[in-house]
Amino acid sequence: MADNKGVMVFCEVANGKLAGIATEGLGAGRKLADALGEELAAVLIGTGVSALAEEAIKYGANKVYVVDDPLLNEYHNDAFIAVMDKVARQANPQIILMGQTSIGRDLAPRLAFRLGTSATLDCIELAIDPATKRLLQTKPVYGGNARAIFTMDTNPQIATTRIKAMTPLAPDAARKGEVIKVDAGLQPSAIKAKMLQKVKEEIEGIKLEDAQIVISGGRGIGGPDGFKVLAELAKPLKAATGASRPPCDNGWVPSTMQVGLTGKIIAPEVYFAIAISGSSQHMSGCSGSKNIIAINKDPEANIFREARFGVVGDWKKVVPALTTKVKELVSG
Amino acid sequence: MDMIVCVKQVIDPEAPPASFKIDAASNKAVMAGVPPVIDPYGEFATEAALKIKDAKGGKLTALCLGNALLREVVKKPLSMGADDLILLEDPAFVDGDAWSTAFALAAAVKKIGKFDILFCGREASDTNAGEVGPALAEILGLPCVTLVKKIEILDGKAKVERMTADGYEVIEVTLPCLLTVSNEIGEPRYPTIKGIMAAKRKEPVVWKPADIAVEAGKIGVAGQRAKMTKLFQPVKEGKCEILTGDTPEEAAVKLALRLREAKLI
Ligand SMILES: Cc1cc2nc3c(=O)[nH]c(=O)nc-3n(C[C@H](O)[C@H](O)[C@H](O)COP(=O)(O)OP(=O)(O)OC[C@H]3O[C@@H](n4cnc5c(N)ncnc54)[C@H](O)[C@@H]3O)c2cc1C
Repeated sequence: MADNKGVMVFCEVANGKLAGIATEGLGAGRKLADALGEELAAVLIGTGVSALAEEAIKYGANKVYVVDDPLLNEYHNDAFIAVMDKVARQANPQIILMGQTSIGRDLAPRLAFRLGTSATLDCIELAIDPATKRLLQTKPVYGGNARAIFTMDTNPQIATTRIKAMTPLAPDAARKGEVIKVDAGLQPSAIKAKMLQKVKEEIEGIKLEDAQIVISGGRGIGGPDGFKVLAELAKPLKAATGASRPPCDNGWVPSTMQVGLTGKIIAPEVYFAIAISGSSQHMSGCSGSKNIIAINKDPEANIFREARFGVVGDWKKVVPALTTKVKELVSG
Repeated sequence: MDMIVCVKQVIDPEAPPASFKIDAASNKAVMAGVPPVIDPYGEFATEAALKIKDAKGGKLTALCLGNALLREVVKKPLSMGADDLILLEDPAFVDGDAWSTAFALAAAVKKIGKFDILFCGREASDTNAGEVGPALAEILGLPCVTLVKKIEILDGKAKVERMTADGYEVIEVTLPCLLTVSNEIGEPRYPTIKGIMAAKRKEPVVWKPADIAVEAGKIGVAGQRAKMTKLFQPVKEGKCEILTGDTPEEAAVKLALRLREAKLI
């Protein structure tokens, strides 16, 4: 255990660039490395990813491990776990961070158990315990009703970080670092779960993750037609539309619109929760919003404990009137 | 198709957040006055397996780890249509982390023997960890697909759809394999009267640590690698300004004006 040194961040690549979650991870990793007085390493895995090493250094890495191989073009867990296992054994870090994304959720636990250690997923806070120098991993549990702090005695200590929970450093071209190439050493036969196709279910209009204002509807919206009424309110506000889980499960809207613990985690300036009760799992996805506005017919609904402004009433009456007034205000 | 599904008993995750408390003496979470349930993602996993059973036939065994488990709760998979229920029930099994829990489950899976697909939910509603499935895959050396929303059985393989942030991936995986199931698989079926009657008559098989030949130091609390040092409820300020009016429309207009005033729109 004493031999493990430094912090390592697995950096996801999206559309040929460092993903936002990767820069967040490097930001968090830099702080932890500084607290330990050790180095921060980034890991880039993919095809043609070598060019991104400089980026990772700008965002705070002292070292970048690059595994560039045609077999790593897409995320295949069998391949990525094997490669991360190899890099981790070579570099011997005491902490490995990745993002709580569809990749990190899959990769982090498998890697941890393969390395004989453990992982804590979906951390919203990471710190070094000043006394023990071990990683304190804070994550929401019970669907967001509570938080727990975990520690582990085994190395490396692996954690995934929740989207937007960590802050990236400002990129600085003056930062210097070392690039280390690692051979993937993969056989195609190692891939037992093979990706055949990637399907995008693009939602029209503004992306949920990027929107300043989000209008979400819940079970109380009652069907797909109700979401058209919400879209009318979204238009003048240049807002994205989202949903709680029931509208997605019922097929009223695509599941990529789901906000929450098992959907998207977003933090817009303004979040409208319409006919949403405010379950802890839903709030996990939107409680980072600066202002929550609730419209619900039940004055006892939990959402009013989370909101800044609210109207108690039937959304079918409230929303159209709100839309008319909003249109008037934003055009006037 | 021989299938196994791992399910657990949890405090009701969909009870109103106001009923959620942390018992200071035991440092454990409770839902005051609300009975426990089968974990929802375990139900989705059971549903995934039953869909395959409907189409291809076969056998589904439910596997549940805990202590002093409520029979009416843990029999839910049986009443939905599972064939057998095995309980790993002993004080030594509980309060494990993902690793020590999976260690015991893996030993039980080995004892069950032959299977084509081992199912878990994508994450349990209490720990929100999503790690027992991947841990089982590592221990048993199985290929693994997480966040599964659709499954099609081919010859010696399964073609599955896996959720991503902006859509899904189509993945072909060799059998036997481990799949963790997401809610997009579809609403779990309601138990039929026949199913409920059958579940009533069927007694679960109970296995103790000795039955699956696991060392005491590797399961439950003793086998933990990750240790919870603190469990707490975040404080909420919770001050909502309710806008009112004689009619809902009037309240709506006031809301729009107030949002404008606060420079939110
Ligand atoms: C492990 C786990 C993960 C989960 N992940 C998520 C997640 O990621 N996202 C998510 O959203 N959920 C998630 N859930 C489900 C969650 O527990 C709730 O079931 C869900 O969020 C409830 O959605 P809702 O508020 O739309 O529905 P409900 O709780 O049924 O609330 C509907 C609300 O609409 C109001 N209403 C009805 N009619 C009207 C009307 N005409 N006008 C005004 N108001 C009206 C009602 O008063 C009520 O408050 C998860 C659950 C579990 C166990």
